[in-house]
Amino acid sequence: MGDKRLTATEVVTELADGMTIGVGGWGSRRKPMAIVREILRSSLRDLTLVTYGGPEVGLLCAAGKLRKVIYGFVSLDSIPLEPHFRAARQAGTIEAAELDEGMLQWGLYAASLRLPFLPTRAGLGSDVMTINPWLRSVRSPYADGEELVAMPALPLDAAIVHLNRADARGNAQFLGPDLYFDDLYLGASSGRRFVSCERIVDTADLVSAASVHTLKINRSMVDGVVEAPLGAHFTSCDPDYGRDEAFQKEYAGSAASPDAWAAFRREWVDISEADYLAKVRA
Amino acid sequence: MSDITIDEVCVIACAEAWRGDGEIFASGMGVMPMLGARVARASFEPDLLVSDGEALFVANDLPVGPGLYTKVVEGWIPFRSVFDMLWGGRRHVMMGATQVDQFGNQNIACIGPWAKPKAQLLGVRGAPGNTANHATSYWIPNHGPRVFVPEVDVVSGLGYRRAEQAGAWIAAHHDIRRVVSNFGVFDFDTPDHRMRLRSVHPGVTVNEVVAATGFELAIEGDVPESRLPTAHELELIREVLDPGGLRRGELRG
Repeated sequence: MGDKRLTATEVVTELADGMTIGVGGWGSRRKPMAIVREILRSSLRDLTLVTYGGPEVGLLCAAGKLRKVIYGFVSLDSIPLEPHFRAARQAGTIEAAELDEGMLQWGLYAASLRLPFLPTRAGLGSDVMTINPWLRSVRSPYADGEELVAMPALPLDAAIVHLNRADARGNAQFLGPDLYFDDLYLGASSGRRFVSCERIVDTADLVSAASVHTLKINRSMVDGVVEAPLGAHFTSCDPDYGRDEAFQKEYAGSAASPDAWAAFRREWVDISEADYLAKVRA
Repeated sequence: MSDITIDEVCVIACAEAWRGDGEIFASGMGVMPMLGARVARASFEPDLLVSDGEALFVANDLPVGPGLYTKVVEGWIPFRSVFDMLWGGRRHVMMGATQVDQFGNQNIACIGPWAKPKAQLLGVRGAPGNTANHATSYWIPNHGPRVFVPEVDVVSGLGYRRAEQAGAWIAAHHDIRRVVSNFGVFDFDTPDHRMRLRSVHPGVTVNEVVAATGFELAIEGDVPESRLPTAHELELIREVLDPGGLRRGELRG
């Protein structure tokens, strides 16, 4: 029986410069922030993120970790525009591939099904097709002959997601109202598929606490499990905790000036996870 | 009912966008569209499905905004199911627009050149797929020539010409139903699908709308006033669906 438990630090040793990493969650909701914090503490660079983006995009932009972002949006939800991501885009310091939200899903799904592409109408006629000149269309071989977007697979080198519960073998459970697309990131990655969770529990306790429908991620989809309490902080992790709005506001304020970012960085980034958790809980 | 305020007129103008839609997902992005959808269902379009803004369809009249209100859940609508409904066409969304042009192209992606924008915004989000697949309306709380522009910087949501160029299927399913601003209500019911001034809100003149719009609007004869909420609708807005007055926070100046 494979025990897949490891630490967030060990996860980061499995990652390398230049990798394409899928990040689960949605906006400022259930983001794998404990692993993101560990990436921020590491020497990793030139990363490409694929995500429905939230503060992890801004933090990694501000820390100079990203070469490229593939996204449908980047938002903090209660603060609509992500300030550090905006700053990076406006300074031209990162590459961007902006897609319709459904196209992003299709790209991950195609990768998880090992297909080269999936057809869709989303994107047709919009500037998504011109700002992403690598996108191609395909003609239906049937009588309709319709021209469709051939959304290419978005294969990942690694995937990181945060869930509410998991067992030591990698069966993982969402207890909130939405899985988002976490299973697709795991499916789209050829390896290095990491789940952090609020609590690792015995397998038998997974279904004693909630219905079987919450078990959409089975252990064949997961290479490593990290127990990371407050592992989504400051994004929401319903029902374990909501978004830390005060913290998020402070984070957003750190984009105001280089000094503000330096102060935020000193206060919240360049510290150990133990110190981070102690300060948040204080 | 002389105490009716502009925000309440806007709520009704948003709600009216869903009139006649029947049993589809009335999806509102932001307080005013969400409130409009809930008022529409509570008042004159009872078969609409409305969500709590997260992942649940609620059958009861749920107030907008955060708060521990009782939800009568009638369905589960996680984002993946939203995309399924969207591509299946059983949805009418009302989104925001940082820019909109005379043929209904919408921009929420960025201002300025794409490669190095002057202002990065949200990203295109679901706008390309929404507009290709089902009815879409827009709520604009700050009517002005920088929002109603001759040409948007990045086409996120498709306007009419773009939809026609995107093929017969999309042209047949594309439907920009309404644009509602703090000045009035607009549609595209013109021969060449140029934006038309459908009604002005009480207290706003046609000239004011024209002056605040960066392109030529189609204007036919005497433009009517946007309708006022009924007494029942006023009670719904004030007492039931937005007792905290969140709707007023969306109207800037």
